[in-house]
Amino acid sequence: MPSEIDIVPAVTTRREEAQGFFEGLVSKSLGWARKNSLWQYPFVTACCGMEYMSVASARYDIARFGAEVPRFSPRQADLLLVVGTINCKQGPVLKRIYEQMAEPKWVIAFGVCASSGGFYDNYATVQGIDRLVPVDVYIPGCPPRPEQVLDGLILLQKKVQAQQHKLIDRVPALAAGK
Amino acid sequence: MSQAAAEALLAKFPDDVSRAPQGPGGDDLVFVKKERIAEVCRFLKEDPALRFNMAPYVTAVDYLGQEPRFEVVYNLYSSSLNHRLRLRVKVPESDLTVPTVCGVWRGADWFERYCYDMYGITFPGHPDHRRLFMYDEFVGHPLRKDYPLRGRQPLTSERDVPELLRGPGPESRD
Repeated sequence: MPSEIDIVPAVTTRREEAQGFFEGLVSKSLGWARKNSLWQYPFVTACCGMEYMSVASARYDIARFGAEVPRFSPRQADLLLVVGTINCKQGPVLKRIYEQMAEPKWVIAFGVCASSGGFYDNYATVQGIDRLVPVDVYIPGCPPRPEQVLDGLILLQKKVQAQQHKLIDRVPALAAGK
Repeated sequence: MSQAAAEALLAKFPDDVSRAPQGPGGDDLVFVKKERIAEVCRFLKEDPALRFNMAPYVTAVDYLGQEPRFEVVYNLYSSSLNHRLRLRVKVPESDLTVPTVCGVWRGADWFERYCYDMYGITFPGHPDHRRLFMYDEFVGHPLRKDYPLRGRQPLTSERDVPELLRGPGPESRD
């Protein structure tokens, strides 16, 4: 028979309770804002690019999900879309692009080649970009249908919404007194 | 179509050119000795009755286990007379050099770099003798039959990923 002490959650002061409430509110609203304005950097290397164009243009219209802005500078992008086969020669380039993106950042592996190397199990091809950068969502298909891509994007939106967001991720060095 | 071209070549270079069995494409094939390939190509291009002004594809073949092991294949085309000819040059493994034909057709430049990159055949006299596709750090020549199929040589250290359905990872690569 558990005592009452075990059932009652950890005691918090009213100040901590209020802080937690507002942090949760800020996290949820920031998550909502970020998931609906995913600016992407399309790293297009192969035929999946055609399917990417289809997703981005009027018929399937990725703008419905707020991800219609391709940025060709990684410093302005939130979402790295790796579209197509990545070979060993391109590996360092992709890694550098990822490192140049500002936090918070997410990665989608678009198509089987980016996800696992696809049928290119040979001397030249990286067997999945997760060998180089961390990946949030994998979209299978050779190439994937636009609906499938949008499905992957919605999955990513759910993931972004569920993550913890802070108004200031990192205290600037000057304010921290260092 | 290019029977006449093969005949003219055999008449002009009787010691260096020999007839090869005809392939499935219908093009005429001749074997050429590798020391004379540049002269033969020069003749084919400049002879007014032949005028082979293009080399649309130059490639190599690895006949592993045979002697001589390699072969360089020159596919030639005359855009003014609309005929084709294919030259085959045997290259033994002990001497992997073939004189360049870049001086005859400028377009052979990248094809010869390709043959060097993928098969390791060198072309003395080439103006820009580097690898074409692979990076300079790459060791070996990937289209040789004795190069391992999954012989990947990554440029950056790879992250360790769990092996579910993926096949061998960085450690157990062949």
